[in-house]
Amino acid sequence: MEKEKNKTIVDRVWDIFASVKLAVVIFAVLSLTSIIGTIIEQNASPERNIKLLGKFFGQSAAPTLFRVFDTLGFMDMYRSWWFLAILMLLAANLIICSIEKLPGIMKLVKEPMKPLQPESFKGLRIRKEFLLKGSPAKTKAVVSNAIKKIGRFNLSEISDGNGYQFYSQKGSYTRLGVYVVHFSIIVILIGAVAGIFFGYKGFLNLPEGTTSSVVYVRGGKAEKNLNFTIRCDEFDVEFYGNSDMPKRYKSWLTIIKDGKEVVKKIIEVNEPLKYEGVTFYQSSYGLTPEAGNSVFKFKVTPKGGKTEDVAMGFGSSFTVPGTNLSGRVEDFSPALGFDQQSNKPFTYAEQMNNPAVYLSFYEKNVRKYGGWLLKRYPETWKLPEGHTVEFVDLWGVQYTGLQVRKDPGVWIVYLGCLAMTIGLLVAFFMSHKRIWVRLLEEKGNTRVIMGATASKNRYAFEKKIDKLEELLTRGEEGGK
Amino acid sequence: MNSAVLFGISTMSYIIAMIIYITYLAFRKSQVGLIATTVTVVGFVSQTFAILLRWKEFYEMSDMGILRAAPFTNLYESLVFFVWCLILGYLIIEFRYKNRSFGAFVTPIAGLALAFIDLTGMSKDIQPLVPALQSNWLLAHVIMSFIAYAGFALAFSTGLMYLIISSDKRSEPSYIFWTMATGIFVALLVAMGLDYLTFKMVIKNPDSLIKSYLFRASLRSSSTAVAVVSWAVVVAFIYLLWRYGNLLKKIVSSFGISPEILDEITYKSIAVGFPVFTMGGLIFGAIWADQAWGVYWSWDPKETWSLITWFVYAFYLHARLLRGWKGKKIAIVAVVGFIAVIFTYLGVNLLLSGLHSYGSME
Ligand code: HEM
Repeated sequence: MEKEKNKTIVDRVWDIFASVKLAVVIFAVLSLTSIIGTIIEQNASPERNIKLLGKFFGQSAAPTLFRVFDTLGFMDMYRSWWFLAILMLLAANLIICSIEKLPGIMKLVKEPMKPLQPESFKGLRIRKEFLLKGSPAKTKAVVSNAIKKIGRFNLSEISDGNGYQFYSQKGSYTRLGVYVVHFSIIVILIGAVAGIFFGYKGFLNLPEGTTSSVVYVRGGKAEKNLNFTIRCDEFDVEFYGNSDMPKRYKSWLTIIKDGKEVVKKIIEVNEPLKYEGVTFYQSSYGLTPEAGNSVFKFKVTPKGGKTEDVAMGFGSSFTVPGTNLSGRVEDFSPALGFDQQSNKPFTYAEQMNNPAVYLSFYEKNVRKYGGWLLKRYPETWKLPEGHTVEFVDLWGVQYTGLQVRKDPGVWIVYLGCLAMTIGLLVAFFMSHKRIWVRLLEEKGNTRVIMGATASKNRYAFEKKIDKLEELLTRGEEGGK
Repeated sequence: MNSAVLFGISTMSYIIAMIIYITYLAFRKSQVGLIATTVTVVGFVSQTFAILLRWKEFYEMSDMGILRAAPFTNLYESLVFFVWCLILGYLIIEFRYKNRSFGAFVTPIAGLALAFIDLTGMSKDIQPLVPALQSNWLLAHVIMSFIAYAGFALAFSTGLMYLIISSDKRSEPSYIFWTMATGIFVALLVAMGLDYLTFKMVIKNPDSLIKSYLFRASLRSSSTAVAVVSWAVVVAFIYLLWRYGNLLKKIVSSFGISPEILDEITYKSIAVGFPVFTMGGLIFGAIWADQAWGVYWSWDPKETWSLITWFVYAFYLHARLLRGWKGKKIAIVAVVGFIAVIFTYLGVNLLLSGLHSYGSME
């Protein structure tokens, strides 16, 4: 009490920041505010949140409330100054708490093991006492071997009254595990901040066959120059069977630097392309509005003849080799479906789920017949004369949607995660174990008094000590 | 035999076991307890085979690697796996502490999780994986999250038991807390049960989801009379629980489990759950998101709720270091933690909309 009074303001503030109490308060505050952030839709259009607030507080109050919440930063809460301030408070709390506690812990970790005074054995949570045949000088070796066997302890030995004392400890460093966890949180926060300051998040919709040396950031409001050029050579979706359930999205990308192609890679979801610290992720796809130079690709096989590749634009024609039959593309659908009642064709999606072309065939400029060829249905490729026209692909109408990110902080974050993992494993699944064993002469026999402590999971260590007793006393019986 | 049959057997076993454990709690006949354990073990063994068999079925169906076929990827499969972990954890505790009274508190969670699958009518089919879900990080993420959730569920059960046996007066905050929490929990489940029973009758459109129909059968009914009566019933139920909660205390106390043991199990379950959740739930989840979308953390509701859960358990671990926070207060935190888990897992999907396609009800 006396001491409290003499403290300066700085000391008091320091004490607050060194306390676990503040940590607990911060956890509570972070939880509660985060809940608000999940209810109010973040970065949504104002109307959506006004509607939401209206549901809770009534329509009339909603617009005013919205303004209040908006001013306080609740609409983009996790980036608001006060939320970041709470995180900084957490960091300060962690650092100061560690500065305060670490010296004591280090002493405990480094401290060499000492023998125990006889009266101190009573205070230990794990205790055993039993008799062994033979004098301590004889039983010594058996006992020390047994102790080594149960836990790979390095034993020290001193003489103790009319006998000996063995003592040893293991894993004193595990007490540092918690501090590694605490430290890792600081590291993660630093990594996150580095990412915010030195990185960016952008996107790029790149049509097949086109290149770009910029990406778009801040929702498309600004451009960011790349130091290289990226080209999309092709994009493709694979489906499960003939269903519309996508199995794989693939983009064939090429990086061009100083006029040279330096990297070629097929990216997929979960398999991004990384170049000069910039990472390109497969994130979406779609049809481009301006598909001027798109190319239809066919494999044409005349009846009994050889297959030829055909590539051409919209409206031009090809001839089936060895005949005077010519085909012309007259319509296209990215996702052709047939109405169940009228059987009329229609397009059911704005993506290349089921690409189809309408081909008309002419003989000497007279239209003979026409029909839909579907890429995914080989039975539609047959012509009445027995020729086959396989619809291979329509190239140049799709774009690949790429997420682009540069985050120099991500490695720091991952290092922090690794440290946290190690720290947690050490803190929760390993423990600082100590054991003391006295061997006392008693009428030509040995009285064994064991004591032990474990910083974690005492139950398991107790089981080991039980086993030690069993090992020793069983050896006794065997020796008879 | 196919996996569906085995899953059926295990679900039935757990529900029967739940009834027997509760009977055991009431009558305390050791034979009854033995039967309860046997039924639980039967359920567990058949569930283990069911999971392995489903893995094999999926593997043979899809042309992807054996890891990709692991049956932990959709909401249904992950709930099943959660139950498996929970029962395993429970059996270990029963064996180690030689006390069966926990069973009456743990098996209902298993039973409810399985009933929930049917309540919401979620798809039990083996579904091919959409591209974002084809990741080993995701697999590790899901498996570890559910191991952790099982630990948290155990801590919830023992924490609740702790509160039940150590609260005496009706005016005590801890007594009010446990009766309210239990009352609301049961009431919501019953309300959802009613939704399920009436859903198919009221909604003819097969495509509409039960999600949009949540609590429409009772608390949010379009008929004012039904809604008012439902609320009255809920309030009356919670009142009765509060009024007669001491009966439950008598029963549970008669088993002679000391509050210290309950507190120890609660701490140990969280001490396993917390690191596993941190690694699997948060870190692996972040790595997966980073690989799939290029952002390791995007503050979407599901992520945020798992962070909230994490803070609550960090609160629990640190509050234990403070003087005066042993005992009832800390048990309340353990219970609140699991409420956050449930919300992370189900509430976000049912009540808030998220980016996560994973685990959606569709
Ligand atoms: C998100 C942030 C934090 C995490 C994840 C975290 C994690 C942990 C963990 C896992 C433990 C071990 C608990 C146990 O063994 O039961 C621990 C202990 C501890 N934490 Fe934290 N902690 C955090 C923040 C803080 C803060 C801000 C303080 C500031 C005072 C703090 C002070 C302590 C202390 C004093 C201990 C006990 C250390 C010991 O036993 O030697 N923690 N923490």
